[in-house]
Amino acid sequence: MSIEMKDKTPQRVVEHYVDPTPFNPATTEEMTAEQERFYQASQWQIMWWKFKRHKIAVWSGVILILFYLCVPFAELIAPYDANTRDSLHLYAPPQPIHLFHEGSFVGPFVYGMTSEIDMETLQWVFKDDPTQVQKLRFFCSGDDYEFWGLFDASFHLVCPAEGGTMFLLGTDRLGRDQFSGLVYGARLSLTVGLIGVFISIVLGLFFGGIAGYFGGLADSVIQRSIEIIRSLPELPLWMALSAALPVTWSPVWIYFGLTIILGLLDWPGLARAVRSKLLSLREEEYAKAAVLMGAKPKRVITRHLLPGFTSHIIASATLSIPSMILGETALSFLNLGLRRPSISWGVLLNEAQNISVVTVYPWLMAPVLPIIIVVLAFNFLGDGLRDAADPYK
Amino acid sequence: MLYYIFRRIFMMVPTLLVISFLTFLIIELPAGDYISNQIAALKSSGESSSVAKLEFLRQEFSLDRPFFERYLIWVGLWQGPHGFDGLIQGNWGWSFEYDKPVEQVIGPTLPLTVVLNFATILFVYVVSFPIGIYSATRQYSWGDYGITFIGYIGLATPNFLLALILLYFFNRWFGLSVGGLMDPQYIDQPWSFDKAMSVLAHLIVPTIVIGTSGTAAMIRRLRANLLDELHRQYVTTGRAKGLKESQLLVKYPLRMAINPFIADIGNLIPSMVSGSVIVSVVMSLPTVGPVLVSALQSQDQFLSGFILLFVAVLTLIGMLISDLLLAVLDPRIRLGGRAST
Repeated sequence: MSIEMKDKTPQRVVEHYVDPTPFNPATTEEMTAEQERFYQASQWQIMWWKFKRHKIAVWSGVILILFYLCVPFAELIAPYDANTRDSLHLYAPPQPIHLFHEGSFVGPFVYGMTSEIDMETLQWVFKDDPTQVQKLRFFCSGDDYEFWGLFDASFHLVCPAEGGTMFLLGTDRLGRDQFSGLVYGARLSLTVGLIGVFISIVLGLFFGGIAGYFGGLADSVIQRSIEIIRSLPELPLWMALSAALPVTWSPVWIYFGLTIILGLLDWPGLARAVRSKLLSLREEEYAKAAVLMGAKPKRVITRHLLPGFTSHIIASATLSIPSMILGETALSFLNLGLRRPSISWGVLLNEAQNISVVTVYPWLMAPVLPIIIVVLAFNFLGDGLRDAADPYK
Repeated sequence: MLYYIFRRIFMMVPTLLVISFLTFLIIELPAGDYISNQIAALKSSGESSSVAKLEFLRQEFSLDRPFFERYLIWVGLWQGPHGFDGLIQGNWGWSFEYDKPVEQVIGPTLPLTVVLNFATILFVYVVSFPIGIYSATRQYSWGDYGITFIGYIGLATPNFLLALILLYFFNRWFGLSVGGLMDPQYIDQPWSFDKAMSVLAHLIVPTIVIGTSGTAAMIRRLRANLLDELHRQYVTTGRAKGLKESQLLVKYPLRMAINPFIADIGNLIPSMVSGSVIVSVVMSLPTVGPVLVSALQSQDQFLSGFILLFVAVLTLIGMLISDLLLAVLDPRIRLGGRAST
């Protein structure tokens, strides 16, 4: 059958064609401009492209940057000094910002408050006074402060009207503005995580580096201690350690003591990651070549191995910042961490420890919101970074 | 198996020693001790009549000896003023603040601490297991997205803040006192069915609060593990041979995915115990948490030291149980020594 078919097909003479131009093998693998850009890009550039595709992580990063703006510029952003007491407005409720007064546009303003004592509960009761329109002032002078400890200033982005008040999130039992407290509190709450993570990275790199590079006895000793530290519940230990900080220390020292305590217990996770990465990278040819050429361990680790997993370290460090922020919050909340006049979100939350007070004055719980937002944002950002850390996958 | 259990328990001994030493080191960190602080306070106020008594107490509790000796006496490996009388001999120490043996101060709180922690672990297992399976088998369904989202929030919300928020809303909406162990009217009442139910109802909220982040983490892990397995070829083969979906899932991929699941719960136990301490403080549950905070603040060293040790031992036992469970499930571990995962 098939032979017949073959016979029936008409014989066609195909001319043997040879391309006269010389053959360039590279043309078969020619890349589009897009591809070329990708292959020529550095590792960090590819990571950035990959990170950008993780929309939630990018937005989390933006939100975090906004929050971190409070760190250097707290004095400008906060309308009040966080420790200013207004004895006429104890436990004043939040004053919402309005734009329209009786149907006409006035610009951002708050209504003044009238206060009277409720003789039954013996509490101040504050009511909006719709006749008092207190327009907010912008770029104005308000409470004095010493900017960065360099010079005195009284410039604020926004202030209450002359003689008026502006408690966007209410006040606490001494009449201190909650919103300003949050802005100032961001300063300590947000940096605690950064410094703590820095300490934990240094320790983690050191111990993980020794364990992963040298192996043997050093490895098993460090592994065992990591296991023991990881099997301990963190918070009780943090509590015990911060209770050991001398009461006589100045707030600055207490703050640094706290960050060191937070970093001290966090490094095992990082050390473990460093160790396992080192163990696998150590076997790569380029590392072996460096050793054979006589490079010292320090040089091999820092020059050849470290760049291979910097991105991983950054990602896992980002993921451990929130636990430190929460650690500080928990300690200060329990009166074991920072204390007034230092202000952090945990210190502010301390006011909310008594639940019956919170039921009457719910705005004391305000610090909960920024804490959750920041922790969530760090988690999303860390997830995005972790995905981007392996850009060739 | 018996050999494995013995070896695993034996391995805890050096760990316990290290932990007890660390604990002692930490509680001894603050300058001075409870009694010498009191002596200083008395001296500064000009009273010296009771100083002699306090000096006697210092000797009685061997606070005047060098550090290592004190540690060994505390553990019970060295002769103190009353011979060998330390933790090993069952003497938990003396609480200066309450002027009572530590045993009497925290004795009543211990059962609840243990019950609360194990209830939480059980909660994490029971809730995350079915949800994780659902989430993996119905990947990218609405249910899966919803669970993933809630899981993210649950993972990020710190448990003591969650406790605070829940307390507030329960109080506001239901006028319910969520804090404490039971409704106020049952306090100092003899045990009855109603009282027991009230205690149970009050335990539910803290269990959920402490377990939320752990549950969220476990759901994520189980989902990821199971998804890895579901795309393997043996699953396709099984399906091609006509196995029922449910049977296929339970017989093969689930068994592979459950291993890291249980190992992970072991890793979560420390953070859950941590959580139970602070949540107890916020919700004023009579566990060791609130006692620990006050003991740390007043430098009541033997009390805080014992609680720290107790909490650490609790996590060790939890991890032991999860290791033994792993060994039951996976013959490689009880024969070879370590999991390869």
